[in-house]
Amino acid sequence: MNTAQEEATTLTEPKKTVNVSGSVALLEGLIAEGTDTIFGYPGGAIMPIYDAIYDYKDKLKHILVRHEQGGTHAGQGYARTSGKVGVVFATSGPGATNLVTGLADAQIDSTPMVCITGQVYAHLLGTDAFQETDVINITTPVTKWNYQITDATEIPSVLAKAFYIARSGRPGPVLIDITKNAQLQMFDYEGYVPCDHVRSYRPRPNIRKEYIEQAAALINSAKKPFILFGQGVSLGNAEQEFKAFVEKTGIPAAWTIMGAGAIPTDHPLNVGMLGMHGNYGPNVQTNACDVLIAIGMRFDDRVTGRLDKYAKQAKVIHLDIDPAEIDKNVKAEVPVWGDCKQTLPLLTALVDQKEHKEWLAEFRAFDKTELETVIHNELNPQSGELTMGEVINQLNILTKGEAIIVTDVGQHQMVACRYAKFNHTRSNITSGGLGTMGFGLPAAIGAKFGAPDRTVVAVIGDGGFQMTLQELGTIMQSGIDVKIMILNNRFLGMVRQWQQLFHEKRYSFVDITSPDFVKLADSYYIAGKKVSEREDLVSSLEEMLNHKGSFLLEIMVAKEHNVFPMVPQGSSVSEIRLK
Amino acid sequence: MSSSQEINEKQEFTITVYTENQIGLLNRIAIIFSRRKINIDTLNTSPSEIEHIHRFNIVIHETEEVVRKLSRQIEKQVEVLKVYFNTNEDIIWQEMALYKVPTDTIAELVSVERLLRENGARAVVIRKDYTVFETTGHREETDKLIEVLQPYGLIEFVRSARVAIIKDSEGFNRKLREFERREPGQEVIENEFLDKEKNVFSM
Repeated sequence: MNTAQEEATTLTEPKKTVNVSGSVALLEGLIAEGTDTIFGYPGGAIMPIYDAIYDYKDKLKHILVRHEQGGTHAGQGYARTSGKVGVVFATSGPGATNLVTGLADAQIDSTPMVCITGQVYAHLLGTDAFQETDVINITTPVTKWNYQITDATEIPSVLAKAFYIARSGRPGPVLIDITKNAQLQMFDYEGYVPCDHVRSYRPRPNIRKEYIEQAAALINSAKKPFILFGQGVSLGNAEQEFKAFVEKTGIPAAWTIMGAGAIPTDHPLNVGMLGMHGNYGPNVQTNACDVLIAIGMRFDDRVTGRLDKYAKQAKVIHLDIDPAEIDKNVKAEVPVWGDCKQTLPLLTALVDQKEHKEWLAEFRAFDKTELETVIHNELNPQSGELTMGEVINQLNILTKGEAIIVTDVGQHQMVACRYAKFNHTRSNITSGGLGTMGFGLPAAIGAKFGAPDRTVVAVIGDGGFQMTLQELGTIMQSGIDVKIMILNNRFLGMVRQWQQLFHEKRYSFVDITSPDFVKLADSYYIAGKKVSEREDLVSSLEEMLNHKGSFLLEIMVAKEHNVFPMVPQGSSVSEIRLK
Repeated sequence: MSSSQEINEKQEFTITVYTENQIGLLNRIAIIFSRRKINIDTLNTSPSEIEHIHRFNIVIHETEEVVRKLSRQIEKQVEVLKVYFNTNEDIIWQEMALYKVPTDTIAELVSVERLLRENGARAVVIRKDYTVFETTGHREETDKLIEVLQPYGLIEFVRSARVAIIKDSEGFNRKLREFERREPGQEVIENEFLDKEKNVFSM
């Protein structure tokens, strides 16, 4: 094994085989795929890979996380900001089962990841060996693809396939489980051949010209067209194509939280956020438009509210790379199958240049109502406790919309998504589909590794922070610069809000106490501060942003504040409540 | 009956899935049903007429809408080539059943020849102690022979899953053959080390 590095340098020569271990072949493959950072945690069954990586420290940065779940969220954060595939290592048994939450999150939010788990020796499979667990079957529902390797010769081709599957088509997480013998096994390595084709797998459906034409005709005849866009736009790297489409058609465009930032927040045709806590106009107008153009979004129930009262008057055009999404929740009049990077320009070429001034003005009128009844008080309160909204607003002012905002899950997430300003794509990192509390801190670490030149601010609640706070150790050890804002309302706020509104204020187990977060940060050698007064807010935020290195800012916010507007569960989007 | 009513009515559907031969794929397909708490009535998996390509026949009782969505989810799996779903009108199907009865009783009390003829059955094995009959047909037909044999001390009965041929499938078969010819599939790689500890590479 000590000659691994030496051998590795000769691997680039064509057609020459080198006798290497499965572990070395794995690392060579990762390098060939452009991997620079791995989030991982060692253990018995993955020790040969960790032994090999000891000689690869100059080529592969390994970040030791404090829990494998943190590793997966860091991998997700990295993938979301960089557009690359997140790579995670874990050992067998408990190491592997700890990946499940992150895999599920990545699966539902279409995040490309390759997770490598160690596994017991092949001859021990099925014997209840120490730290043996059936990882392949446990992870099947939460991976796009998974595969178990028991022979080292399979490693290069399976890894290539894994990367290709993870990043192509609708991206998703892939897991490769490698038995210990395969990691150790020496074999004649012929070099790494990237994969660009799997015969049974069609990453993107064929574009049907007639659907593009039908969609264009519908759009051209529409009086009140409305665009809904999701993460598909940024996953397809189609931000420019999308912008061109929106600007030529002049159609108001609203986003799902996963789609936020695909066009800048202050773009004149960006009319705001969809869904349960989205903006007033986009929700109400969904039930007033005549043509609904859904782009790279999947009509999640948090977006649609009650389906039988959702956009029934509208003809729906659905652009998606995943044919299984068409007609899944909302019937499409015109299904535009394909990668929006390709379909959007085809569509743009056929649509008329238009403006929809009156229609857009309707949105702006709803905005005005929302501003007066909700937003103004939320962002500019003159007295009382601090609100989450004013914190985000002040952060916007200081970062000018340039920062990457990573959120956890709950009230602060909705507030951050509603009010954060984004000038750039791949800047809103959040757990959308799975709603994973504990996502924020580790995802922020990964986000920073994925975009080292940008400011990364993690916005986290006091509940979610306590789910993965051990990753402060990862920040401490890696020395990475992540700004952490804990919006502390001393409640599990979103559940409390529902209990207040729908369960007669029976506050059942939502009252959560916290440790002294600043002292906690201090014990990890991370600078910190606590703020509860309005007059100290801006200076504290400045101090956090200007601090060299990580900083934890605990902000005491109103205890029983609710997020509005709200589409109550079981209600139609047009029944959105402003209070 | 309007077409929307038809779509919303549960009926028997046979889902035909062409796949790679891959370990774990059965589970990946099965959980698409179990996740939605849909019971699989019968499931058959076997090599297809084309080398390297496997075929699943899955029978469920559901609405067309649900079956269409399920089929898309199945087709989305990386190692699935193609999914069809058909009502019973679109397919020709059979189930095979075996019946084990005590030879002495059956020989004594029944006109075996008539029984076989009437039920389209045949004797597969005749031993001193027991006889095994086989019949192939639709569920009603295989059920009927149970009824007939029950009084004579039916010892054991087993029925296969449904196998089905799609009436209108010629086009796809041609495509599939061409697909395999252009890019042959790979052999499945199994664990070669179970009970062979000494063959395992270790430190």
